[in-house]
Amino acid sequence: MTIASQLPVIPIILPLVTAPLAVLMPAEKWGGRLPHVFTTLVAWTVFAACAAILHSVATVGPISYHLGDWAPPIGIEYRIDLANALVLTLVSGVGALVFPFAHESIRSEIDPRQVNLFYAALLICMAGLLGVTITGDAFNVFVFLEISSLSTYALVAMGANKDRRALTAAFNYLVMGTIGATFFVIGLGLLYQATGTLNMADIKIQLAGDNNRMVEAGFAFIVIGMGLKAAMFPMHLWMPNAYAYAPSVVSAFLAATATKVAVYVIIRFIYTVIGADFAFAPAAFAWLIAPLAIAGMFFASVVAIFQDDVKRMLAYSSVGQIGYMLFGVSFGTEQGLSASLVHLFNHGLMKGALFMAAACVMLRIGSHSCNAYAGLAKRMPLTAAAFIIAGLSLIGVPLTVGFISKWQLLSAAFDSGRAWAGFLIVASSFLAVIYIGRVIELMVLKEAPKDAPPIKEAPLSMLIPMGILVAANIYFGLNTELTVDLAERAAHALMGAGR
Amino acid sequence: MSIEHLILRVVIKIMFAPILLFALYVQFHGDYGPGGGFQAGVIFAVAFILHALIMGLDETKRVLPVGVLKVLMVVGFLFYAGTGVATMLLGGNLLGYDAIDPASTHHAGQHYGILLVEFGVGMAVASTMLVIFYHFAGREPEIRDEDW
Repeated sequence: MTIASQLPVIPIILPLVTAPLAVLMPAEKWGGRLPHVFTTLVAWTVFAACAAILHSVATVGPISYHLGDWAPPIGIEYRIDLANALVLTLVSGVGALVFPFAHESIRSEIDPRQVNLFYAALLICMAGLLGVTITGDAFNVFVFLEISSLSTYALVAMGANKDRRALTAAFNYLVMGTIGATFFVIGLGLLYQATGTLNMADIKIQLAGDNNRMVEAGFAFIVIGMGLKAAMFPMHLWMPNAYAYAPSVVSAFLAATATKVAVYVIIRFIYTVIGADFAFAPAAFAWLIAPLAIAGMFFASVVAIFQDDVKRMLAYSSVGQIGYMLFGVSFGTEQGLSASLVHLFNHGLMKGALFMAAACVMLRIGSHSCNAYAGLAKRMPLTAAAFIIAGLSLIGVPLTVGFISKWQLLSAAFDSGRAWAGFLIVASSFLAVIYIGRVIELMVLKEAPKDAPPIKEAPLSMLIPMGILVAANIYFGLNTELTVDLAERAAHALMGAGR
Repeated sequence: MSIEHLILRVVIKIMFAPILLFALYVQFHGDYGPGGGFQAGVIFAVAFILHALIMGLDETKRVLPVGVLKVLMVVGFLFYAGTGVATMLLGGNLLGYDAIDPASTHHAGQHYGILLVEFGVGMAVASTMLVIFYHFAGREPEIRDEDW
């Protein structure tokens, strides 16, 4: 075997094989160090493999890997082009930072007897998300989606050690997530009935632009099912509670990856499976995706302003940001698609950093309500600085990744003759100024309560991963070569496949 | 030694071994007829669930403690995944069973591969079923107020 030929399967099989081993490791011995170090090493290896895949795809071209040596369309194919290589790198990169970050935070938040199970579940969740992204087989998407979802429900429920409401949040998420997955499978079933194949590229060939009610219904089921998973407005109601009551580390990981992967699947099905030239697609863009995206951008951002819990606020903000991504897709132009992909990547960086800062505050102050952030700039200067930089990035201030996203979205809007869309994007950005600004004001201008006990800055094991993510927010804001160029090429390839 | 439910106790003692045997039949005949690891695992677990229903959960836990089941779950899964990794190491793709016996003219590797994988599935399913059953059966009958 050569490493290069087996590279595409390593990000999937490695965490799947090692997660059960983590289950067998002692949870309480050495303060839970053993499963932590072990899974961290796995996450780094996976990231290295994903980076190698991205490099190979960017320089050589798409990779196709046949599982069990069965050739597609009969067998399952892993098909990696630029679009999913970018998402793979994001998911595994966030994973590689979240795993080392998790140790201190998890020890204080979950039942110490569950530490080994926690790392195993997080690893399986990552494997599932990577699998959804990497596969070129439509049904395989569903299988991996369930792998990631089931482990996510367990991870969210582990927050019950701090707050019992995590149990109802996890149950809600389970019900909604299952409905979403069911819709997705119904859609797949209809497409399978219409084409007799489950390979994404083959479905596209078999459809040959054909349009009938069954395909339309299948397409609608898939978009709605995945929209539920992506927390597309108005199907986002499971998300604020799940993110607020999950252990902080889990929120950081999910916010940066899970919804992005769902958005990626929507993009993949629209362009690679159904095809943008499909007669139904423009109608779906104009009458379904765009209005819901705009409603999400405004409604969720307004709701975020009135939250008195920082994690809930960030969750509502995520709903709004998903709106931006779908809005970009709904332009139906190559530039819009590229802007969406850029924002997908960048938003993972910002939300990951913001939730990591929230995790640091949770560790030292023990709360994620807004009051806990009063005077934080003096009490935990580095964490506060990370929150401020990532927050500015979320707003879209120049020199950060947020600015690149907004700029790309704006120019895509104007170039496709939608000046009103540009106006809406800017207007909703002001809402982000309000909700992020509110927390920054609390941190910088307010004094901590007089009787507040003195606290230390977060430990280095948390500060370093958070610092790397914040630095990535600035680095990719200055050097757009990687993200924007790759996203443009990915969008070109996706659109090209749609012609 | 109590003689409560004497008939049930005797019946389960007679039934226990045939149920396990049937599970193994479904397991290893799965390549040729209906069956396979999932069904076999469930049937295998049923024998122990019956045992627990009649003899009491504590008796069954003495035979098969939860700790052992956890290990069996992991080992079963690793059988499956390990077969896939082994085919990778032998030069095929993941789960490309032909790599197990490349010289064979009638794809004997496919047969060995699926046998190993199904064995892993059976082991994992049986132990997972039992762990789920233990957890449900071992729960406190009433939910206390402070648990809400």
